[in-house]
Amino acid sequence: MTTQDKAIKSQKVPMSRRGFLGLLGKGAACTGALTCTGAAIGSALANEPKRGFQQNDKQLAESINNPPDIPEYNWNDHQWAIGVDTERCIGCLRCMEACKMENSVQMDAFHHRTWVERYTYLEGSNTAIVDSQADPKNVENAGSETTFRFDNRYKDVKVDKSFFVPKLCNQCEHPSCVQVCPTGATFKAKDGPVLIDTTYCIGCQYCVQACPYGARSFNEVRGVAEKCNWCYHRITKGLNPACVEVCPTGTRIFGDRNDPESPVSLFIKNNHVQVLKPEMGNSPNVFYKGTDKEVV
Amino acid sequence: MESVFHHVTPHIGFIYPNESELPWTQLIVIYPYITGLVAGAFVVSSLHHVFNIKSFAPVSRFALLTALCFMIFAPSPLLFHLGQPTRAFNAVITPHWTSAMAAFGYVAGFYLCLLILETWFAFREDIVALSKARTGLLGKVYGWLTLGSDDVSPRALAIDHKIARILSMIGIPAACGLHGYVGFVFGSLKTREWWSSDLMPVIFLLSAVGSGVGLLIVLYVIASKFRKTPIVDETMRGLLYVLFTAITVVMVIEGLELLEIFYKAREGVETVRALIMGPIWAGMSIQWGMSLFVLAVTSGLLLYNVHGERLVKWLFAAGLAMMIGVLAMRWNVVIGGQELSKTMKGLLTYYPEIFGRESLSVVALISFMPYFTLWLATKFLPPWGEKIEPERKVFDTPKLA
Repeated sequence: MTTQDKAIKSQKVPMSRRGFLGLLGKGAACTGALTCTGAAIGSALANEPKRGFQQNDKQLAESINNPPDIPEYNWNDHQWAIGVDTERCIGCLRCMEACKMENSVQMDAFHHRTWVERYTYLEGSNTAIVDSQADPKNVENAGSETTFRFDNRYKDVKVDKSFFVPKLCNQCEHPSCVQVCPTGATFKAKDGPVLIDTTYCIGCQYCVQACPYGARSFNEVRGVAEKCNWCYHRITKGLNPACVEVCPTGTRIFGDRNDPESPVSLFIKNNHVQVLKPEMGNSPNVFYKGTDKEVV
Repeated sequence: MESVFHHVTPHIGFIYPNESELPWTQLIVIYPYITGLVAGAFVVSSLHHVFNIKSFAPVSRFALLTALCFMIFAPSPLLFHLGQPTRAFNAVITPHWTSAMAAFGYVAGFYLCLLILETWFAFREDIVALSKARTGLLGKVYGWLTLGSDDVSPRALAIDHKIARILSMIGIPAACGLHGYVGFVFGSLKTREWWSSDLMPVIFLLSAVGSGVGLLIVLYVIASKFRKTPIVDETMRGLLYVLFTAITVVMVIEGLELLEIFYKAREGVETVRALIMGPIWAGMSIQWGMSLFVLAVTSGLLLYNVHGERLVKWLFAAGLAMMIGVLAMRWNVVIGGQELSKTMKGLLTYYPEIFGRESLSVVALISFMPYFTLWLATKFLPPWGEKIEPERKVFDTPKLA
């Protein structure tokens, strides 16, 4: 039993209380939406071992050898940024699912380019209990690692407040991962995102160590590091990143900071925003509204 | 659900989802351990070569061979660890200089060349003698190794010694640099509370010297027992002084490091406490238990002015304890640092694999290889200063030829 479990247990009350009803409602709402897509991924994985890819190695090689030509895109013209309005997030995890599908991320609970954290303050507690979809209890409850769902563990306890915090790569201005890469395989693009040349990465995982946000993971099958690139293949064609595209509540806001009228510029202008772990000195480019002291 | 999580490190509290698999495992534990042994052995060899401390003369060439044999295998844990080992030289061909890791190839390469050169100069007289004493294939090999220079006049030998001394002098900062550098790779990572410390390079370096001296004591005693030669009392006393100095300073600095963490008591300090009481409890017990043992034994040996067989026995035990203690310390640093989540709200418990590319069996193999190579090297270049007699038949050369 973990420390968090103990905290929950010591807080047990017979009936669920009003503070929690809202959360339950939201959970129920997104469960329906998840069932279809979750099942789709599940069946796609039926014949696969644990780590599957939507994009097979041949397709990956093809995309590396013959990258699409985007003549009208100039990376000097853009400065991409993402805003996250945590007050809007309902924890439906469709962003995680979309990301996995879009970017061929390994289909287990331990390789993510984006994820959502749930922060819960039990009644009278001054510290939050935190979990993500990768928490074994959530996976157990959902039945598989690719059914993206939070469990209902707080139904019998009193909750003071609870909220979700979506996470993704911060595409920092001073990225630690780029600093430590011994080969220069990972680099910062002019328009903001930090990218990886997976044909040059030696797989030392120094960058995985160095990222303060745990945004990087290691792909054991391909022997190289992986990270969120804000769907660089989409944004260079004028599309939104997949997680922004699917978000049903507008929690994630994407745009160009060079354009003062872009959604993200307006979001930053009109709200009090903050970044994660500013003391690291990385100058993140993901701006959060409504986070809390406990958010890491 | 067990099957779903078979590949995942168990954890408590909250960790980032991507943290479930430790980036650096037991291979990265033995990498600084091996380079540490190199640095320590080299320092001992330099005590004779550079500072001309006579008591280290009997082991100085052996220490040099030890450093060389361990250095040959120092990069191998890294190669086993890389996801794309065939691309390892990318870091050398196109180094990205802001990376603390980028210079590794150059530093290690430079140091290896230096060791080979110094070994050659230190053994040149013997190589020339061996090329004349041996026949067949082995004689030819020694002949090639002389590089065509068979001048063993006193003047030539004096030049040899001078060059070996200069190389040794360059080697001290190089050895310290190599190992301090390894410490820097860990100490400079701001993301890991357990590593991010200015004292880290110093701790790595000093414990390296300690473990290297320990290794030499152990190997010297074993080699002398096998060769049935007397163990020079003065040498053992000399090694005792170095070991005592090393363990004293190491324990003080490591103690200061822990004290700083808890005195500063930054956010998440309870998790650090839980790490020490939890996942690395055994490792910390071994590290500090062994350190205390070494300190007690070396202090006792100094205090009671012990000589002879008792000195050999106790110092051997202390040397072995030092090696074990430093290995535990490497584990506590490398694995412990990653068991402490970047969230500072969770702890992982790492269980090493037994078989596979990154496993204990590979670690055992890599750890064994330097000893085996050293055994071969002492056969090939006898470091104990014996008189070289013709056709001693170390290898059965006529059959080989």
